[in-house]
Amino acid sequence: MKRITFIAFLLLSVFSVLSLKAQIGNVLDQSQVHGSFQVDGQYYQSDKALGITDSLLNGHRVGLNGFGNIIYTLGNLSAGLRYEAYLSPIAGFDPSLDGDGFPYMYVSFTDEKFSITAGSFYEQFGNGLVLRSYEEWTLGYDNALNGVRLIYQPIRGLILKGVYGSQRKFWDKYVKNGRGTVRGLDGEMNFNELFASMSDSKLRVVLGGSMVSKYQIDANPIYKLPENVASFAGRANIGLGKFNLSTEYAYKINDPSAINNYIYKDGEAFLASLSYSTKGLGLFAQVKRIDNFSYKSDRDVTVNALDISYLPPISETHAYALTSMYPYATQPNGEMGFQLLVNYKVPKKSKLGGKYGMGIAIEYSQINDIVRDQVDDTTFINQKGTLGYASDFFKFGDHVFWRDFNITIDKKFNRKWKAIIQYMYQTYDIATIEGHPGEPVVSSRIAVADITYKFTSRKSLRTEIQGLWTKEDMGDWAALLLEYTVSPHWFVSVTDQYNYGNPVKTDQVHYFSVAGGYTRETTRFQIAYGRQREGIVCIGGVCRQVPAASGLSLTVSTNF
Amino acid sequence: MKNLIIAGIFSLLVLASFSQNESQNTNLPSVNIKTLDGQTVNFQSLTNNGKPMIISFWALWCKPCKKELDAFNENYEDWQEKTGVKIYAISIDDARSTAKVMPFVSGKDWEFEVLLDPNSDLKRAMNVNMIPHTFLIDGNGKIVYQHTSYYEGSEYELFELVKKVAKGESVSEK
Repeated sequence: MKRITFIAFLLLSVFSVLSLKAQIGNVLDQSQVHGSFQVDGQYYQSDKALGITDSLLNGHRVGLNGFGNIIYTLGNLSAGLRYEAYLSPIAGFDPSLDGDGFPYMYVSFTDEKFSITAGSFYEQFGNGLVLRSYEEWTLGYDNALNGVRLIYQPIRGLILKGVYGSQRKFWDKYVKNGRGTVRGLDGEMNFNELFASMSDSKLRVVLGGSMVSKYQIDANPIYKLPENVASFAGRANIGLGKFNLSTEYAYKINDPSAINNYIYKDGEAFLASLSYSTKGLGLFAQVKRIDNFSYKSDRDVTVNALDISYLPPISETHAYALTSMYPYATQPNGEMGFQLLVNYKVPKKSKLGGKYGMGIAIEYSQINDIVRDQVDDTTFINQKGTLGYASDFFKFGDHVFWRDFNITIDKKFNRKWKAIIQYMYQTYDIATIEGHPGEPVVSSRIAVADITYKFTSRKSLRTEIQGLWTKEDMGDWAALLLEYTVSPHWFVSVTDQYNYGNPVKTDQVHYFSVAGGYTRETTRFQIAYGRQREGIVCIGGVCRQVPAASGLSLTVSTNF
Repeated sequence: MKNLIIAGIFSLLVLASFSQNESQNTNLPSVNIKTLDGQTVNFQSLTNNGKPMIISFWALWCKPCKKELDAFNENYEDWQEKTGVKIYAISIDDARSTAKVMPFVSGKDWEFEVLLDPNSDLKRAMNVNMIPHTFLIDGNGKIVYQHTSYYEGSEYELFELVKKVAKGESVSEK
């Protein structure tokens, strides 16, 4: 009997191992692994004209930023991790990034109704006013949440989300009573999906609401600080025919921090935009108000890290070298602005449009300070440890931070020639935007001509001619770029930016550089040699100051 | 110890990626994205009745992306007639400019559909490092080809591949 049991057990084991193996084989067939990596390397050299000496470099001749990303999927399951190395960080990146490791890893399960993620994740509620975690490799910015996220879709048209975690801060480990934790709930209702009677309606309605709270211990010897800081936001997206209205309002309870000088005022943020879109014409207007809305998971941090809220700047992101020399950055302590935009396509075969049509874009944006009044006779405006100030929601302050008027025309003349012409007038308050008191307000005019000539269907030459004229800061600039491309693989370019109007004669420097690149499918090599201008690089509302540099740079990027 | 475990997992995954059957192409990930008027759609649900699709990642601040999409738009009618291909342009603009995408697209008079990926969820799931990044999807919803960057004339190479895919042939870049 015993023997039979034993044999049966043995057979069963063999059978189950075999079936397990078959299952594993099956599983391996269904699973997929994908990823990507990128390495940006720089070799620095001394450059007298830029004031870079050997002693300044002090042996730090090599900067290297790299990442490797892997995502594994098996049906509804997904897992991923990212390796990052900054050895040492490229000039301009936060020195705290120095080092390497795995800052990002997660496991998630997703089916039609339900999704759960454990580990690191990126999430945005609405426009991100009360919660947005994201990463921007080119800026070295990453405020990923580490914890748990649940997403539940009980019926079509209703999405509920819950998050809990702590945020990434460079390589700093989370420790108890250190940086705060973040908890959030969000719900979004799509009326056209929820209600059958509205499914074919011309009126499209999406409503949403969020609640976020951060917890950080109060270890301050002087002030009694709120350990739980809650914020609330409501949003609506309403479409009617060719019109679309999108708006969000957020409110935050008192949150004294290093950014707002430890005042106990509540915070507010408001965004609203209206657009009209029809064939060949798009109109857009938006307003924005930010009042004391810096929201970080560590109240004592002032660097670009640990932001819970995302306050989008409403100025245009310009893409040419001189047009982006003075880029705007949101002022979380207070600003009020608006933007108007017209996009128009002159039709094909009209007198002005020619054979291919012609595009015209006109934009105006202005951002002012908010109005701040004393809360009582004995308190200074923004006095530490007080209510700070009172502010009228509907009043613009007199102080102009930013103003930009620009017009862009693009036209294809024939199969060989096409051009983009851009002209703009910008006002930029360095003292406020870069936080350097005493610096001037820069008023500049900028013109760009971007001309492409096609030799053959695959070979073409692009020329950019740019000028920036101002009496302030570094004075006038001129820039020239020549770029020759052979599609789909090769490019070479030469560029020079010349600060010919600098009031200091010895600072009238040429920033000359050459670059070349090869792309095959998704693998890209790029090499450049020359000078890099000091300036600000901004993507998605976060900016990074880049120092002047000279040397060789290399980028390799691929995915699989 | 923790690093050892991670290194172990990492090497396992790399190994698994190499042991992947070469002929088995990638499926589209299940990620929610948005239409221009704020509706949520699952990326996996995009189909084109067994005909090829082009998925192109772009943003308002990306000059070469807009050039590529202009070039696609110029040829779209012709391409559709010949192959039935459908183009989806996925904007990775964040909250700063998502609301501006719709009036921009109207002003451009682009004929293809534009969708929004405001927090780069799809961009990450598709392993896009830089834009423009363009994918070619065959009639079975598998990624058969991808390319990053745009140079004048790249659209012709892409269309050669679209024609092959429409005929059911396999593709790779010359």
